[in-house]
Parts: sequence; C-alpha cells; structure tokens
Amino acid sequence: MKQKSVAVVGAAETTQMGRIPDVSVLGLHADAALNALADCGLKPSDIDGVATAGESPVQLAQYLGITPTWADGTSVGGCSFMLHVRHAAAAINEGLCKTVLITHGESGRSRVGAGGRFGGGSPSSQNGQFEAPYGVAGPPSMFTIPVLRFMKDVGVSEEELAMVAVVQREWAAKNPRATFKDPITVDDVLNSAMIAYPFRLLMCCLVTDGGGALVLTSAERAKDFPQKPVYILGTGESVETPMVSQMEDFTSSKAFRVSGKKAFDEAGISHADVDHLMIYDAFAHLPLYGLEDLGFCGRGEAAKFIWERNTAPPSEGKKGGKLPLNTNGGGLSYMHSGMYGMYALQESVRQMRGIAPAQVPGARISVSHGVGGMFGASGTVIFTNEA
Amino acid sequence: MDRVLPQPTPETRHFWEGCKAGELRLQRCVQCQQSYFPPRPFCPGCGSREVEVYPASGRATLYSYVINHRPRPDMGTEPHSIAVVALAEGPRMMTNIVGCPQTPQALQLDMPLEVTFQSFSETISLPLFTPAKA
Repeated sequence: MKQKSVAVVGAAETTQMGRIPDVSVLGLHADAALNALADCGLKPSDIDGVATAGESPVQLAQYLGITPTWADGTSVGGCSFMLHVRHAAAAINEGLCKTVLITHGESGRSRVGAGGRFGGGSPSSQNGQFEAPYGVAGPPSMFTIPVLRFMKDVGVSEEELAMVAVVQREWAAKNPRATFKDPITVDDVLNSAMIAYPFRLLMCCLVTDGGGALVLTSAERAKDFPQKPVYILGTGESVETPMVSQMEDFTSSKAFRVSGKKAFDEAGISHADVDHLMIYDAFAHLPLYGLEDLGFCGRGEAAKFIWERNTAPPSEGKKGGKLPLNTNGGGLSYMHSGMYGMYALQESVRQMRGIAPAQVPGARISVSHGVGGMFGASGTVIFTNEA
Repeated sequence: MDRVLPQPTPETRHFWEGCKAGELRLQRCVQCQQSYFPPRPFCPGCGSREVEVYPASGRATLYSYVINHRPRPDMGTEPHSIAVVALAEGPRMMTNIVGCPQTPQALQLDMPLEVTFQSFSETISLPLFTPAKA
C-alpha cells in the first residue's frame, strides 16, 4: 500500500461504555457508527464501503441505510478491525469505494441481542475434536495455555507477569472512561482469585459492553474534513491456527511476527520512530509476546522492559517510559467487549489527533497491534499525523 | 452432565478408532517422513497425499498447561489441568494430565508422561496422559 494515501477522518466509541443493558449488539454498532459519522460531518448515505465483524456487513448496511459498492466481513476475532483498515485502504486506493465505515459493537457483559458466548465449534470441527473434550472453557483457559512454556523458556516470573497489569492500571487511572482506575500492586494481582493457573483475575481482561467506529477516505479528500486526518502509514495481517494447541512456537506468535514485519516494512520506519504503541491485551502475557514479536524487545527482554517502567506513564515525579504502551488502560483496565481491536485503534487515533486523556506529548507515529482468536490471527496498523 | 465428546469425521476416524482400541495413532508423510497431528489425509509439510497411519509410542513430555479453577460443568467441580503435551514422535496435542495432584508442584514442565485411554462412550475413549512410571 502507498504510504499515507488513506486517512482516518472519523473515529468514535459508543456514547456509553461498560455496562449498557438497554442497547443491543446491533444498536451498539449503530451508535458508534453515528458518533463516528458525526465526528467527520457525514451522513450514512455518504458511505459507500462497509466493514464489520461479529455482525454481518449486510445487516450493518441495511440497518444504517447504506448502499455500499464494497463490503468486507472479515471475521478473525478481536483484530478483525485492523484487517478491515488494511482492506479498506486497499479498496479506496483501487477505487472500489471512496468512504469506508468500519464498526464494532458487542454486548459482552449484558448479552443484549448477542449470540452464544464464544461460539464453540461443532463437535466434528478440529477444535471440537481435539481441544473441547479436555475442558477448555473460553479464552481464560485457552489463550493462557502457552504461557508456562514462555515463562520457563525465556525466564519470566509470575511477579513480572503481574506487573503488566499494574502498569496498565496506572494508565487507566488517567482515563476518565476506564472501567477500573484504582491503583493495584503486584501483590494485589497475585492475590486475586485464581482463574486458570498461573492466571489470576487481575491478569485477565474485563468483560464489558461497548463499540467503536472509524471512517476512512483518501488522503486527498481527508483534508476537507473537520478533524485532523490520521494517515495510514503501514499495515500487516496474518493468520496462524484456530487451535492454540497447534501454535507453532508457544513462546512466539507467527501471526504477530508476519503481520508486524509487513506493517513496519510498508511504513518504512524503525522501532525507534514509534512514539506510541497499542498491543491487544486480552491477558497479561500478550504485551510480552507483542513487544518481542514486533521487535521492540529481544527474546526474553519484554518482561524486564515493562518491569523497569519503559512502558509506564509518568508518576510521582518520575519520568514516563520511552515507549508508552496501552495508554487507554488496555483490555485489562479500560474495557474489553470481546473484540477489543477497535479500542486499540481508537486510542491510536486519539493519540495521533492529540486528544487522548493520557496524551503522549508530540507523538507522531502510533502502532496498533491486534490479536484474533487464541494467537489465531493478527493485524497491525501504523498511523501517523504527518501528511 | 455428560462430558463434551468429539464427533469423528472420515478424516479423523482412524484416530478415534485407535483410541477406542487402546492405541494412539499418528500419521506421517511417506515422502518427507514428517509425523503430524491433528489427522488429515495429506501432509501439512509438503502437501503430499501419500500418508500412512502408524501406532505412536504413547510417550510424551509436558509442554505447557493451565489449571482451570472454573471447570466447565461437564468437567466436575475441582480444578483440573488442561495441558499440551509434546509426543515423542514430534507433534503436540491437547489433553488432560491425570493420575497425579492437579497442582503446579506435581505438574512440572518437561516431565515424562505416558498415554492412558479413558472410555466415555461406546465409540469414544479420550487419550489422557499420566506421569511415566519409573
């Protein structure tokens, strides 16, 4: 993709966030969409491309009154929206459509108008035959399975794993919309309820209701919109396996490595150029994998990197770290509706617009990295606010 | 509540029939000799359709695991392991470690294990693993 040829011109989350018992899944998509359209001064009829996951793009278009000439229903889990951004940029460049709306909405907590939780494949699927019989019960007991191997092979302690949640809570404290804002310590994390050893409750993401939407158009047109354009500098995507037990290497995600490298190559930047980073954190180990697989840290260095406050906000007179990470508080403390990737993208856009609650001063390049399934898929979007 | 059980397909039937017969059956590629899992009628390494089924040793080591403290209703009420083992032949598979306390102390990574089959229905026995004797 040509660098900076496409920009985000509209971005918004749902009006409410957290617990929203009076809005359905489809309603959350629509609320986020209308907020994003208002943000860029457009009406649904101005949109000619739609992309969404969880909900069908057909349903989305019909509900909002959009007649698209391009639709993308790529649904590979929580990073689907990163892939939508990438596909939308390609579609806009190719002239398949001019203005794309990407939406997410999920009633993760209240389950209003939602389908069955975690889907659960048929008993004849690969997962149904070779994982389900052993008692896997959703992400807390699946996504977590590789971590003991990671901890042993690269040398990570339970305290270091807990520290990921502690630092992210510090960021959440600066975000008025974050679900959890009270400070926590490593001991608090280690003493919270055991969910699936070695994962305690505070190492697991929230379950909340909410949504978000983005509007993308060509960089040329982006200049005519009210908000500061946020340009797409580089993108990547990949998939690995629907079964966590068949992940090639339990200490490193192939999908992360492929997607990340593609995005960095496309953007033509080095790691030192990155001012702000989002790594999808459904569980506390994901930022460790992300930092190493994206190349910000060498093998086995990510846990120490976080422990030494390189990703932390400024606090008590101490300077903030050199690589602000998950500055909205992340899935661990901000919100997590089920497919969190949209909120990582929203925070990257806020940082690039300069309006984030915990704004990184002078940030010019932001990387938003997502995961789908249990290390099953990955998408990376690199943004810049410089034309 | 009855245990959630697999439903074999034509591509996996040999594996589940093997488990019922007390044999852990793997596949390997005749061309490149690579063993692989889960079952499929072609080699995921080289794409060759010339593959064969053979009985595995049943030996494995503990590769990684969690101890699920919120068991699914069909898994009882006590915390239990959900593990991935590395089979001696190379492939990894998900399973439960049985026949030992379900604690971090009893479940050490890389410990030697051996397969044991537990019957849950007329057609399905699940391959579970237990600490190797001696």
